[in-house]
Order: sequence, then C-alpha cells, then structure tokens
Amino acid sequence: MKLKLPNPGLDDRIPSHGDLEKMEKEEAGDRPKWDNKAQYLLTCVGFCVGLGNVWRFPYLCQSHGGGAFMIPFLILLVLEGIPLLHLEFAIGQRLRKGSVGVWRSISPYLTGVGIASMLVSFLVGMYYNTIMAWIMWYLFNSFQDPLPWSQCPLNANRTGLVEECARSSTVDYFWYRETLNTSTAIDEAGGLQWWMVLSLVAAWILLYVCSIRGIETTGKAVYITSTLPYLVLTIFLVRGLTLKGSIDGIKFLFTPDVNELMNPSTWLDAGAQVFYSFSLAFGGLISFSSYNSIHNNCEQDAVLISIINGCTSVYSATVIYSIIGFRATQKFDDCMGNNIWKLMNAFDYPENNITDSNYNEVLAHLNQTNPEIIQGLELQTCDLQSFLSQGVEGTGLAFIVFTEAIIKMPVSPLWAVLFFVMLFCLGLSTMFGNIEGVVVPLQDLRLLPRTWPKEVFCGLTCLISLALGLIFTLRSGNYWLALFDNFAGSIPLLVIGFCEMFAVIYIYGIDRFNEDIEFMIGHKPNIFWQVTWRVVSPLIMIFILIFYFVTQISKSLTYLVWDQESENFPTLEARPYPSWINVMIFILAGVPSLAIPVFALFKFIQNKCCKKDHNDFTVDTISAKIQMSDKMKFTQLDDRLDQGPHVPRLA
Amino acid sequence: MLEKILILLCLSSALAEQPCKPDASDGYKVRLSIKTALGDEAYVWNENEMFLFRATLAFAMRSHLNGQEFDVSNIIVCDETPRVTFWFVVTSPLNTSGLVDKGVVEEAIRMSRNRINSAFLLTDKTLEFIGITPTLTAPVNPDTPPWLIVFGVVMGAVGAGIIVVLVSPLVLKKRKKNEETDEDEEETGVKAVENGSTREGVYNMSFSDDERLTQM
Repeated sequence: MKLKLPNPGLDDRIPSHGDLEKMEKEEAGDRPKWDNKAQYLLTCVGFCVGLGNVWRFPYLCQSHGGGAFMIPFLILLVLEGIPLLHLEFAIGQRLRKGSVGVWRSISPYLTGVGIASMLVSFLVGMYYNTIMAWIMWYLFNSFQDPLPWSQCPLNANRTGLVEECARSSTVDYFWYRETLNTSTAIDEAGGLQWWMVLSLVAAWILLYVCSIRGIETTGKAVYITSTLPYLVLTIFLVRGLTLKGSIDGIKFLFTPDVNELMNPSTWLDAGAQVFYSFSLAFGGLISFSSYNSIHNNCEQDAVLISIINGCTSVYSATVIYSIIGFRATQKFDDCMGNNIWKLMNAFDYPENNITDSNYNEVLAHLNQTNPEIIQGLELQTCDLQSFLSQGVEGTGLAFIVFTEAIIKMPVSPLWAVLFFVMLFCLGLSTMFGNIEGVVVPLQDLRLLPRTWPKEVFCGLTCLISLALGLIFTLRSGNYWLALFDNFAGSIPLLVIGFCEMFAVIYIYGIDRFNEDIEFMIGHKPNIFWQVTWRVVSPLIMIFILIFYFVTQISKSLTYLVWDQESENFPTLEARPYPSWINVMIFILAGVPSLAIPVFALFKFIQNKCCKKDHNDFTVDTISAKIQMSDKMKFTQLDDRLDQGPHVPRLA
Repeated sequence: MLEKILILLCLSSALAEQPCKPDASDGYKVRLSIKTALGDEAYVWNENEMFLFRATLAFAMRSHLNGQEFDVSNIIVCDETPRVTFWFVVTSPLNTSGLVDKGVVEEAIRMSRNRINSAFLLTDKTLEFIGITPTLTAPVNPDTPPWLIVFGVVMGAVGAGIIVVLVSPLVLKKRKKNEETDEDEEETGVKAVENGSTREGVYNMSFSDDERLTQM
C-alpha cells in the first residue's frame, strides 16, 4: 500500500541524515544520553514489565483456558506488540525528540497525538502512583510479627471479634477497613485518610528523588528496580515449589482448554493485554529511544524487549499460581478439617477415625442414619477447584489473596517484605516511564519558561499529581481508582496507538521510514515489518478498539462495592454508577482521544486565518537549537570573511 | 432387718451416683482433642490421666474458694466416650451430697484455665469445657504503630537523597566557576566560527586551539 498523504515542509522540520551524523560526532551536549546500552535496555524493560505482568496476565491466562491462552497471546505479541514497539523505538531514535516533538515534526497537525500521550501519561501516572502508595503502606506494615492482617481486632466489649472481620476474613478486613476505610458508594466521599495521604506523599517524593534529573538519575535507579523483581520472583518460585499444593496451582494455570480459542473475547483480551503490557502510546518509549546514538540497532532492541516481556509474564504467572495453589490447598484442608471436627464432636467418634479419604463414605452413612443432625451441623462443601479460581486479579490478588497465602507461610514478615518490595520496584520503574512521558512533552510545549531547570518541571508534575491524587485517599478512593483504570488507561491508548501507526506509515511515509531505518541500522526492514506495519497491526488495533468500545458501551456501568449490609457480604456487590459519572468518564476517556482532532482543527484554523510562514514550523526543541545556532554561526562566518582578515580578540 | 440394710445401702449408692449424668444441671461436659493438639506425641487417655484431671480440677476449686478443702473424690466423672468426652460434677466438701453451683465452678475454671491447659499440654481449643467460652487474648497493640517508624526512616533517607541530589550540582558549578577564567569562556565563542570555514574537516571542538594558531 503506497498511500501517502501530502505533508509539505517535512524536510525543514526534521534533521536530515547528514545533520544526524554531524550531531552524532559533535556529541551535542544538551540532550541527555544513556551511559551504556544496559541502562537503556533495563529502563525499557522496567517500563514495560509492570504490575500488569504480575496481576493481570496470570488471571487472564487462567480464566481463558490456561495453556491455550498462550496461543493468542504469542500470536498477537508477534503481530501487534513487536511491530508497534519497533515503530516507536525507530521514530524516536530518528527524530530525537520526545512524543510531542516527534509528532509535531512529522506534521504540525499531529501535535494532538503528543498532547494526548501526555494527558494519558499524566492521568495514568496519578492513579498508578496511588497503587504504589498502597504497596508502600503494606510494606511499612510488614516489619512486624505477627503481621497486622493475620488477626482480627476485638470488638468494644472484648467479648468477640469485630463483626465485619468475623464475617469476612482478616485480610479482607485489613484491606477494606484498616487500609482503605472504604465507604459504600462512590458518592460517599468520606474524608481524607491521613495514613493514606502520608503513604501517597512518600510515594511521590520517592518518585521525585529518583527521576529528578530525568534519565541521569533514573538510569542509576533502574539497575536495582528492574533487576530486583526477577530475583524475588525466583526466590518465591523456589519457596513456592516446596509448599504443599503448589503443583496443583501450576497445573490449574496451564491446563489447556482449547474451546476457549473459539471465544472472541479471549483474542480481544489477549490483544489488549499485549498492547497495555508494552506501555505503548504513552510517549515514554519514544523519549527513551531518542536518547540513543543514531546507529543503535532498534530492531534488535524491540525484539529483545518483547521476548523479555513475554517471558516475564509467563514466569510470574507460574510463581503467582504456585503460591495460589498453596493457599487454595490450605483453605481446602481447613474446610475439610472443620467439617471432620464437627462430625467427630457430634457423634463422639475417636480422633483420626474420620480422615480426608473416608470422609465422603462416613458422611453418606451418617446422612442415612441421622439426617437431622447432619442438617443441623451446616457442613460446608469443600471444593479445591473453587478455591483455586477465586477472584485473583488486580489489587485483590496482591492485597487479599497473596497476603493470605503469606500469613500461612513460616517466617511471614520476610515473605511479605520481599513481595511488596518486588511490587514496589515493578511499579516504580513503570512510573519512571510515565514521568518521562509527562515532563518531556511539557518541556517541548514551552508552556513554562525554558530557563527553568528540569528539576522544577519534574517537581511541578509530581506536586500537581499529588494534589489531584488526594482524591484516591478519600474513603471512596478505591472506586475512583477503578474508574480511572477502566477508562483513562484503555480507550485513549488504543486511539493514540492507532494514530501513531497511521501517522508514521502514511503521513511520514513508509518509504522515508524504511530509508531512515536503513540509515540507522544498516539494512532495510524486511517483509515481515512491511506487512505488519502497513496492514496487519493497524487492522488488529482497529478491531480491538471497536470491540472494546462496543463492549464498554453495551455494558451497564456498574462498580463493585464493599457493603456490610448487602446480602452477599463478603462478596462485593455490583452497584450502578450515579449519572454524573458520565461526565467523569468523558473527561478521562474522551478528552485525550479528542485532543487529536481538536488540535488538528486548531492548527488548521490558525494556519488559515493568521497566514503564518511555513518556516515558522521549524523545530524549536533543544537539540534542534544547537543545529540552528550552528547554521547561524556558519552564515555569520561567511559575512565576516567578506569583511576582511580576522583579528583575534586575545593578546 | 438385713433386707432393710441392703435397700438402704442400694439407695445410698444410687443417690451417690445420681449427681453425675449427661446434661446435669450443675455439670459441665469436657472434650479433649489430644491427637489434634500433639499429633505423634499424643499420650493415651487412661485412668491415670483421668485422675490427673480430677486432681487439677480439685486444685482449681481450692484456689478459687479459699478455705474449702476440695479433694479428688469431690470431682465425679461419668459418661466417658471414645472421643474422650465426659461429664463431671463437683460436690462440696462440706456437704457430700450437695453439688457446687454451676456459676462457681465456671469462675474457678476460668481463673485457673491456663494451669489446667498446661497440665495436659493442651490449649483452649483442644481442651474444651462446653459452655465456658475462653477469654480472648487481645491482639498485640504497640504504642507507636511500627509502620510509622518505617515510614519515618524511609522519608529521612529520601529527604537526605533529595538534598544531596539538588545541592551537589550547585557545589560542582561553584567549584568550576572559581577555576575557569574569562578567557576560556571567550574561546568557546570563537571556536565555532573558526571551524566553520573548513567544512570538509571533522568538526572537533577540542582541537580548535591548534587550528586557530595554524590558520593565523
């Protein structure tokens, strides 16, 4: 497909190959650089590998047919993830700017894409760091024995346990009451929870100190934050495999159910997971690769990082499910033990007369002889499969299921600390990318004076995000976060991703892009890249976008609440959103997506009515400034040589 | 005459056994779960263990009701099952046919519960007195929540980090400023102009000094 949209003045806006070579040799110092390749790879891996790999992928894998889910996941990884990743790396490395700068260079009408990326990075960063605050809260609380979520507090009379805790479980109580202090509806704001505010402040200050000077500081931090999770996962794997029941968990995860492949939602979820897992369309990856040297092999990097990301997802799924298998087996054993206890006491059998193996026969026999007594005992049905499939994604996995498993392990505080340090590192390295995706466009847009140092931009971003993020520390904060997660981090990203592809292939021009890549890495991209960039990946993106949109619209807008009065307590109850939430949804999902056409229109109108010169669209970002100033100096020299011999100012 | 004595004896022995029966109004049911508590190290429940139980309970009654000398014979046990459950009643030492009130027995057991449990290496859950709920131990609540301590440590470290990161470049800059002279700063301006004339050469700022002299 040789479709190419007209794009006048492109050559003036971007550095030519010759300029790039010159910049490479001059080592023009204003733009930051990676200290070494390892730093760059670790930063990208850290950005891509995040909390989603640990708590979203295992759930998807298990609920969509276990081992069979690998097939759509791997297919879409190759057809959608790798091409998009390569595209972002290549365009960033070629144009050597952050997201706003890149899209503005390609065409001024596309500035909206960069702005949309910035807005999405900002909104996602806001709620993502709140999750970090929760992780820090749990981490702070892990330095005690016994762990606070292993016991119920006593009620006021000291006659029994607090009712809410006794009806649900200790981990549920600690999460919903002592951490979130959740209200029963999103309209019931409640007040700010001071301990949550402290944790949020800690999270933002820690993030600020790590990203205070951009990649100079984050580049050092990623040596730890990107490698520690793998170490901890391995420790947990070894620990998990020695626990009873872990193999059941792993078997449950990977048992393939090929019928799930017929279900379109499996493919949709796989595609969405690949897309979000790669942190595409945030603008951070474009920024990171723009700090590379011009001849860096971005094709190799893209493939390498995709493989690492995919493998990490599978590896962490194995670890998580080994621990979940252990927890499910413990709960099953407790349930059986409870039933056997009740039977023994009711019929005065000696101990160890009823075991797990003969339980069913004994129960059947007793049911025939004394059915009324059996009824009165209220025995629970114990099913290992149902324990294994208990809602295990998102914050529920980390803060409820996994913490419950940890308290059953010996030396619990150690495992708790390790686990939450791992989650913290995973989240922090992703936040580095988010901050990059906000601060660099902010600098490029020149809304604030350019003389202000990067520290101030970073500090402002963190401060404003902290102030707005206080909404998540209200009693209804958890519901707000779920809202943000569902709408800010989903549809806008798909829209931006599609626009990026379209812009590079059809507005920048696939021919020019191919030549650029040949210039950068030495050979033209092969037929695989051509086909996926031009046809396959954009089509997949459109499909996912349309299906996602349709499912969101057709679903009735409900959210899950923790309500003591509900009938199904402690199961969460679905409640419809109040009507004013539609405004919020529009702001979260609509504003970034609409920024793209709105800005294009704005530029179009500006063009037509003010009749500005095309030359004004020349790039004004920092790296180009050096180029421009050199050009100016060259012209000055020509003038001087015409005037006469040069007299030095010295001596 | 002999018949009357026999009848009296039978009656008296019957009376002696009547106080202890299942669901006695002043008795308690006890349930022991030795194998659950001790696993492989479980001891076998036999007459001697029962004697120890009666002795321990007599001790509990003595401790609670100071002055009254309870003996092993005051604790009457009946209705033993293979599960190891049984009922017991407590007779008063002052009046062998009268039973001690249920409430008093309960208080005595509550007071010495720990001692009774440890005599049998059992816990509140595995040595149950049906009807006497164990007093719950309050969870440990330190004065300063430990999480605040960790929070303080982390914030201190982070604060120190911020100060170091913000101040160190200023210190470096100051040092550089003191070393550099004005000449150096002017040279930078001239360098770019100089090298511009030789477009085919390699643009390398560090060698610009030599080039300038050569050209002059």
